[in-house]
Amino acid sequence: MNKIQQALQNRILILDGAMGTMLQRYKFSEEDFRGERFKDFHKSVKGNNDLLSITHPQAIADVHSKYFAAGADIVETNTFSSTTIAMADYDMQDLVYELNYESAKIAKRIADEFTAKEPNKPRFVAGAMGPTNKTASMSPDVNDPGFRAISFEQLRVAYRQQAEALIDGGVDFLLVETIFDTLNAKAALFAIDELKEERNIDIPIMISGTITDASGRTLSGQTAEAFLISISHIPLLSIGFNCALGAKQLTPHLEVIANRTNLAVSAYPNAGLPNAFGEYDETPQQMAAQIKEYLDKGIVNIIGGCCGTTPEHIKAIAEIASQYKPRAVFSSENISI
Amino acid sequence: MKAQQPTTINQQPKYLKLSGLEPLIITSESNFINVGERTNVAGSKKFLRLIKNRNFEEALSVAREQVENGAQIIDINMDDGLIDGKEAMVKFLNLVIAEPDISRVPIMIDSSKWEIIEAGLQVVQGKCVVNSISLKEGEAEFIHHAKLIKRYGAAVIVMAFDETGQADNYDRRIEIASRSYDILVNQVKFAPEDIIFDLNIFPVATGMDEHRKNAIDFIEATRWVRENLPYVSVSGGVSNVSFSFRGNDPVREAMHSVFLYHAIQAGMNIGIVNPAMIEVYDDIPKDLLDRVEDVMFDRRDDATERLLDFAETVKGTTKESKIDLSWREEPLQNRITRALVKGIDEFILEDIEEARQNANKPIEVIEGNLMTGMNVVGDLFGSGKMFLPQVVKSARVMKKAVAYLLPYIEEEKLKNPQIGDSKNAGKILMATVKGDVHDIGKNIVGVVLACNNYEIIDLGVMVPPEKIIATAKEENVDAIGLSGLITPSLDEMVFLAKEMQRQNFKVPLLIGGATTSKAHTAVKIDPQYECAVVHINDASRAVTVVGDLLKRETSVLYKENLKKDYDVFRKDFLKRQKVKTYLPISEARKNKFQIDWNTSEIIKPKQLGVQVIKDFDLNLLEQYIDWTPFFRSWELHGRYPDILKDEIVGEQASELFEDAKKMLQKIISEKLLEARAVFGIFEANTVNDDDIGLEICQSEPVEDPNSIPKLRDQIPNSIFRTLRQQSQKAKGKPNIALSDFIAPKESGLQDYIGCFCVSTGFGTAELAAKYEKEHDDYNSIMVKALADRLAEAFAEYLHKKVRTEYWGYASEENLSNEDLISEKYKGIRPAPGYPACPDHLEKLTIWEVLKVKKNIGVELTESLAMWPAASVSGYYFANPEARYFGIGKIKEDQIEDFGIRKNMNLEEATKWLKTNLAD
Repeated sequence: MNKIQQALQNRILILDGAMGTMLQRYKFSEEDFRGERFKDFHKSVKGNNDLLSITHPQAIADVHSKYFAAGADIVETNTFSSTTIAMADYDMQDLVYELNYESAKIAKRIADEFTAKEPNKPRFVAGAMGPTNKTASMSPDVNDPGFRAISFEQLRVAYRQQAEALIDGGVDFLLVETIFDTLNAKAALFAIDELKEERNIDIPIMISGTITDASGRTLSGQTAEAFLISISHIPLLSIGFNCALGAKQLTPHLEVIANRTNLAVSAYPNAGLPNAFGEYDETPQQMAAQIKEYLDKGIVNIIGGCCGTTPEHIKAIAEIASQYKPRAVFSSENISI
Repeated sequence: MKAQQPTTINQQPKYLKLSGLEPLIITSESNFINVGERTNVAGSKKFLRLIKNRNFEEALSVAREQVENGAQIIDINMDDGLIDGKEAMVKFLNLVIAEPDISRVPIMIDSSKWEIIEAGLQVVQGKCVVNSISLKEGEAEFIHHAKLIKRYGAAVIVMAFDETGQADNYDRRIEIASRSYDILVNQVKFAPEDIIFDLNIFPVATGMDEHRKNAIDFIEATRWVRENLPYVSVSGGVSNVSFSFRGNDPVREAMHSVFLYHAIQAGMNIGIVNPAMIEVYDDIPKDLLDRVEDVMFDRRDDATERLLDFAETVKGTTKESKIDLSWREEPLQNRITRALVKGIDEFILEDIEEARQNANKPIEVIEGNLMTGMNVVGDLFGSGKMFLPQVVKSARVMKKAVAYLLPYIEEEKLKNPQIGDSKNAGKILMATVKGDVHDIGKNIVGVVLACNNYEIIDLGVMVPPEKIIATAKEENVDAIGLSGLITPSLDEMVFLAKEMQRQNFKVPLLIGGATTSKAHTAVKIDPQYECAVVHINDASRAVTVVGDLLKRETSVLYKENLKKDYDVFRKDFLKRQKVKTYLPISEARKNKFQIDWNTSEIIKPKQLGVQVIKDFDLNLLEQYIDWTPFFRSWELHGRYPDILKDEIVGEQASELFEDAKKMLQKIISEKLLEARAVFGIFEANTVNDDDIGLEICQSEPVEDPNSIPKLRDQIPNSIFRTLRQQSQKAKGKPNIALSDFIAPKESGLQDYIGCFCVSTGFGTAELAAKYEKEHDDYNSIMVKALADRLAEAFAEYLHKKVRTEYWGYASEENLSNEDLISEKYKGIRPAPGYPACPDHLEKLTIWEVLKVKKNIGVELTESLAMWPAASVSGYYFANPEARYFGIGKIKEDQIEDFGIRKNMNLEEATKWLKTNLAD
């Protein structure tokens, strides 16, 4: 049993909060995003947060540090959009390896610093693999419902590149997250599974879907349970949900998952639902109070924050979570590091 | 380390779990799982024909029919020599996925060709069943395929087939099943619960002795497999068993039922069965049942002959399809609504035709029947009872119906051109704003609108505002839809609204996306853009909203109501949101607008005192007219001159403009209206913070504006009382009063102020009355509207003259009329009753200072309105730092103070300033 599984047996692990929310505070300009290296780049790159791992690595490192200092056990790499598919919007497909590799390096360096300081609380890095901005199960053209803007094969190749670079950069596990179309996630899992076999490595995988719909379904129409069934074929460390909803709204869907899986369950909701101005304004205390319900019900093993959460939120969550035992998890024969 | 034993055990049992959009979990308690077989080209001639003819639409209805009939999994097979199986499989699966009524169930991808299976696995998000693999080509290939299936995340059917052939007896079945299980579970690490054995159902009653045990061997092998190979399922194609009775459905149905009855008891838990081809076991006539069971269990040597004999007697009676079509009996609207809600287009054309025949005009079918249905869709979607793919489907039915109606609508237009709609579709630009890459929601809205006959110009994601603006102009779009998911996109939308306003856009602006809201739209976006701005929070609502926005019959009213609605919403919201804090007036005065009087340039007016202009040449005013409000007064909304080319009102606007020009020429050449003005510039200083004391150079007014008035005595005899902003401001922001723009007495500097009244209203009433008498309301209104415009133009003209000549503080100024309209000049001319000085009472002071009534005849009504109406009055402030602002709400203490300064009681002061009083 490896460190992460030991840790999962012993306590509820804390995942970090939002990267984007923290980066917004820097109010980076177009020029800042470009840095010296991309000053003449032919396209606007403002908003390409992942690029900051190259142009402003210290800012990324600082955010990671703040989350670890707030009590996070795991931080996510700044690679949500670092696939050739998502980077195509910025014409930066060629940077994908570097983006993932550097992001992983930064996060790992900070994690190691914290682990060295507190050896009894090892810190981990999850390589974040976002959903891309294309959907493999839905047609963007109603007159041609059979049309698909992206294929499984294209997704598989893109995810594979990302996963390779993240692993090379030293991440402790991979986190396929914010899944709105299960087929996209299946392509990611396929790629990772291939990689594991070829490299003869076993890197734990976390999976996190997104319920976007008032009817409690993913964007591609699946119920929480159908989603769980659809991605259970690959050995996983954890499964859960993130984004789209606040902690409160996420509860019933987490319960569905928690009651139906032996895997660790993760949740990193938004800081409430966005208010009228698109801001997430649930305070750390409010959010922690919502999360207490998960803890009372014993339905989570890994918990953190998505959009709008800050180190203060993570601190509040970590404090309350430390008072609870983790949900019981089976270490199945599938996770055998 | 030894694993800590969890306190609560949550071990999940090993059940076969499949998924479409919804889960299908097959437990030991589950009833028999029925796999639909009609979407199999090998099993259904109809389906084969449909696929060959590429009639995928009807092929889909075959799939839907199966699900409606109770199939819990649908088997899809495209193996036919004349079909490109891989292409057909992918195409059909992609279409199936788009039909939530079908794709809610798991899919069985059925092919003997691995490449077709793999292509299928790559397009289905749910957990499928692969049908099938076997040891036929040896272990290596079997393992290879199994590993891939595992990686794709599917369950698998394993045929009882090996290198030597198909298992056709009991021993071979269990031999192959055992071997396959061992390889899969122990070598491939395939989850045993994901294995389904197909133990080969072969026909009985074929007349050949070696087939006599086909059914019983299958049933017994099933029993063995279920008892000896943990967690697996057993499946089979049931119709094979009755193959020899093709054409005799009653017998086949009975055979299927009997076979299933016993096979299920033995442990067969999944089967490919045509639900329409099965009889209820208990309903099988006793004599038929006996003969069928004799065949199944090989109980008699003559079992086959006896069944054949019996078959002759029941041949020909066929069952009807069991699909529930009872909804077809319901009233028309219910049928149309159901078709839209369910996305069923099979009957929509006949229903639409019926609706068309009932309607007065074909367009009513769209506006009535179809919209009624779409609203139900919208409501269901909004309340989470439908989800996106269904809505997209609904939209497709809608489009089909609309396409059917279009020729009739065209025809109707030819017959009744005066009523006919020019077109009911519009062109809509859609874009995800700069810096945002989320476009799924936008695409769906686009799709839904496109289905409702709108032309969509989709600029994609991260679209810079310049591009949106440029394309909107180029394409002359009817609406612009902006989408965004991330927070910074909200600011982009505000920016775009401003830009659209600046560039005189008139098309509706639609706002959507996860972070957008009605509140943000109302508070931040709507005020930036004077035309319609609407927040659409879901795709199905978009259709009705856009329809209301663009349809001529509803457009004007809808936009007006929208504007009002947002205005009310905004006010309520702001009221709710911020409890504004107010400063005591004494505190507000301490935070006045600071002008550095040591450096501020005060230009001495060239001419002080009052001047009067009468019988001014109207010709000079024409170029100063701001035409936009003129059109607004005719309820034609849009900016001049673009309004003349406006798609909706352009023609009417142009016609109106021609008439206005004619009338204006008539007024000017026949001198039907008279323009008069009085204005004065005086020495002035601010005293006691908020008052402006005037020293009026008493002089006889002169008729010739070029002559220098003779100065007489100077007495400080008039004071303008200004109001001061009182709400708590952000740090560094002043609480402004107009008096802040005039140097205070204690500065020791001499400053100046001007005031004016212009009117072009003399003659208006008479002229209007003349037209009214001739029942010519058109020209009556025209005269009044033109007089108003001329008065504004005169005020603009006079202000310019004051700036550049009479006062002369901006003698270098060179501004176009557009610049004037957008207030680019130096200094301001605020008017009492408007935001900077909401107090109408100040007009009384102006009247007194300028002797307005005496000099030019403009009077004040008891509510302090000017008469003639076509008049404008106000102040002139010359300081370069002077700017327009709004007083906002004020508190009782200022009103009280104001009353004291004006020498009136609180009650009266409150009466005049009531609307400015903060709650």
